[in-house]
Amino acid sequence: MLASLFKFRGGVKPASHKDESTRAPIVRAPLPARLVVPLRQSAGGTPLPLVKAGQKVLKGERIGAPEGSFSAAIHAPTSGTVLSIEHRMLPHPSGLSAPCVVIEPDGEERWIERVPANYAAESPDALRDLLRDSGIVGLGGATFPSHLKLKPGASGRIGNLIVNGAECEPWITCDDLLMRERAGDIVRGIAILRHIASAERVLIGIEDNKPQAIAAMRAATARSEGIEVVPVPTRYPAGGEKQLIRVLTGIEIPYGRIGPEFGVQCFNVGTAWSVHRAVELGEPLVSRIVTLTGNVERPGNFEVLIGTPIDDLLALVGPKGDTDRYVMGGPMMGFTLPRTDLPVTKAANCILAASPALFPPPGQEMPCIRCGACTRACPAELQPHELYWFSRAKNFGKAQEYHIFDCIECGCCAYVCPSNIRLVDYYRFAKTSMRALEREKNASDAARLRFEFRNFRTEREQKEKAERLAAKTAAARQAIAGGEKPAAAAPSPAAAEQTPALPHLDEAKKALIAAAVERARAQKEGVQPKNTDNLAPEKQAEIREIEARRAKVREIAKTPPEEPV
Amino acid sequence: MNGTSPHLHLPISVRLIMFKVLAALVPGIAVYVWFFGAAILVQIALASAAALAGEAAMLRLRGKPVGLFLSDGSALVTAWLIALTFPPIAPWWLTVSATLFAIVVAKHLYGGLGQNPFNPAMVAFCVSIIAFPALMSKWPAVGFTDFSAQMAVVFQSQSAQDAVTMATPLDALRTQLHVPEARATVAGVLGSHASFGNIGGKGWEWIALAYLLGGLWLLQQRVITWHVPVAFLGVLALIAGGFSLANPDRYAGPVFHVVTGGAMLGAFFILTDPVSGATTPRGKLIFAAGVALLAWIIRTFGAYPDGMAFGVLLMNLCVPLIDMGTQPPVFGHKDEQKGGTP
Ligand code: SF4
Ligand code: SF4
Repeated sequence: MLASLFKFRGGVKPASHKDESTRAPIVRAPLPARLVVPLRQSAGGTPLPLVKAGQKVLKGERIGAPEGSFSAAIHAPTSGTVLSIEHRMLPHPSGLSAPCVVIEPDGEERWIERVPANYAAESPDALRDLLRDSGIVGLGGATFPSHLKLKPGASGRIGNLIVNGAECEPWITCDDLLMRERAGDIVRGIAILRHIASAERVLIGIEDNKPQAIAAMRAATARSEGIEVVPVPTRYPAGGEKQLIRVLTGIEIPYGRIGPEFGVQCFNVGTAWSVHRAVELGEPLVSRIVTLTGNVERPGNFEVLIGTPIDDLLALVGPKGDTDRYVMGGPMMGFTLPRTDLPVTKAANCILAASPALFPPPGQEMPCIRCGACTRACPAELQPHELYWFSRAKNFGKAQEYHIFDCIECGCCAYVCPSNIRLVDYYRFAKTSMRALEREKNASDAARLRFEFRNFRTEREQKEKAERLAAKTAAARQAIAGGEKPAAAAPSPAAAEQTPALPHLDEAKKALIAAAVERARAQKEGVQPKNTDNLAPEKQAEIREIEARRAKVREIAKTPPEEPV
Repeated sequence: MNGTSPHLHLPISVRLIMFKVLAALVPGIAVYVWFFGAAILVQIALASAAALAGEAAMLRLRGKPVGLFLSDGSALVTAWLIALTFPPIAPWWLTVSATLFAIVVAKHLYGGLGQNPFNPAMVAFCVSIIAFPALMSKWPAVGFTDFSAQMAVVFQSQSAQDAVTMATPLDALRTQLHVPEARATVAGVLGSHASFGNIGGKGWEWIALAYLLGGLWLLQQRVITWHVPVAFLGVLALIAGGFSLANPDRYAGPVFHVVTGGAMLGAFFILTDPVSGATTPRGKLIFAAGVALLAWIIRTFGAYPDGMAFGVLLMNLCVPLIDMGTQPPVFGHKDEQKGGTP
């Protein structure tokens, strides 16, 4: 079956600059003096450290346990000694810091016992666990834990597997070289992914400016059924996950939805390669290919241990004198590194040395002239100038109406804008502000719910106590009539505490809460409601006789109830 | 603020776009000079000077960087369009004051570049034609190209009455077909004067052709998109064609409408003003079709010789509504249920 290509709208064609770093094969970067391994290297929770300072570790030994299911394990990239576990700054747009395991290599590169698995004999669930425990995350830059992406959708399977070898950002070539040199291993990894997802068809999308990678991957898949290498037109961002899925299958996945819902999922070629290493060689993810390019003397691709300081890598390529900053990622979506003594993470696909000559800063920002160039360039088919307007005016409601969260921050709009407007910055600002507002709202909603629930519970406890009291009084009266002394009528506070938690309030309960709030308000205004209001008249009559004892019960009811968890 | 993505930018600027627009006008101006004399160059110079002076004064008043904005070319585009839509022998003060009005009121009082809801050149045109209808409809006859004589009229040492002036074919049609007793026909009016020609009036059709050339170059340069010119000229031709088919004596044909007056200039240079026009593709079609309809109605039944300017301003009013109503679906939201068609 030959795949037909679909088009995605928009996109731009910046000069690719791929030749610079593809002249030499991948080089293994030397072992650095220190490795700084951040524990959090994927979307999701921060793994807990499994080692202590002073402890010896082997290459591939697990040093961070996945935190819950939405996370992946972290491993020692080489054998050596753990020096410390401390907070260090991460290479991240926000410059955040997080716990890192600092390892001093012993230079022996001694592996843990590697246990290869025969994937065909394993269940998808077991393999997903294996991927999580091997620290496999998306190596395209998003570092989403791969095992989570392999959860089938409603249909129980992911029919189409898309393998992303497009690598559309200028300058970056790590996937290109990986495909040229290790196509066979990538295809083995693809076979494993395919097995887990029980996918029928695999489409490997590669931009047509990489003829060697296409040839290598074609050769490697020549004898595989249902796997096809599809050259896609070179146009940024053809390698955007949603754009590639659109181009190869025609399916458009909107914001907030995920591939499996549409029977499709996308993996980077580097991820497929590391899946093969993890499953068939028993080697967890401890290294990746990093492109070092831009304003440097000897650009190239390096196989780098996770945790290697970027400074050590720069020494290998010789940055030129007028380098004024380093960008992690490509020139379209990468971010400027605040410092260069930061470690390489699983997200680090490229370190790009920038100079004013190579990446001239945009000119003075001018007013938007509504020329529509941004709209024509936007692959998400948004109206960037409208989003700009609403973001600038802090009209977040309108920005959302115009689908600002569908913006993938690809930068195409800012790239073409003749007014040099830093459009993406405005969207980032709007999105962050909206997320902050959302968090605040959630927090206050939760507080309000807690408050209402407390009122509701207090109210209900009082009512229940009153009912129990009434019942006991009735029993006591009967007993007195029978000549017995009444037992202590006050119910135990412990019993009163046995109210079920109410995490999900249904309509009836909401109504009760509303009523409770209303009563609480009335109470505040000095109207003392009688807990006995809801009882039958004959019981009320009985209760009136024991007013004195009820006062004591009220005292107990006034003790502050616990917060629901 | 150098640190955020994208780190790459196309080396284009507002200035480059504006100067491309000016360059695209040059062939039309050259043909204009050929048929109607060099007075138009003086008018362009007058308007340019007035526009730059007005722009500089307003920028200073508003505390904006004068040099940066003055060199963006937007004031010059407005000035050239004013000069090209006014009669080349309009008195100098009219050109100057109209241009100043366009820049000061229609552009800067609304917030300057990018903010003006109305096309400044068309505001100048409408204000002038309402205030000075006689001056605005005195055109030099074809052949009246003597520069010094034209200058005498422009600088008013000689009145326009004494100059060799005449109504444009569009104006002649409108006034003469308006008088029922005259029993004039389109063919009769157009045939009444040798210089009216058969298509759009001698001269006009060639100027229109040169504008078309410049416009096509703008299309090729991606400064404008096809939507506005195609919708405007198409709808204008369609309406004119329909009516002239039904009654060829009373209604001029499509070719006449398309090549006469400001139609071609409007299609490629005026309606395509990004600031005051619609921005969505469908919006551009609606906007341009609306102007075409209004222009034809005013040309045919209205009190003014060319309805384009009024059509543009009226449609400018509708732009926010048009844009809002024509937002194209966003990626992945075309069919919220299925997520697109595989
Ligand atoms: S490209 Fe820039 S100037 Fe043009 S419409 Fe978009 S934001 Fe405005
Ligand atoms: S950054 Fe956002 S708005 Fe701009 S082109 Fe990309 S997706 Fe569209």
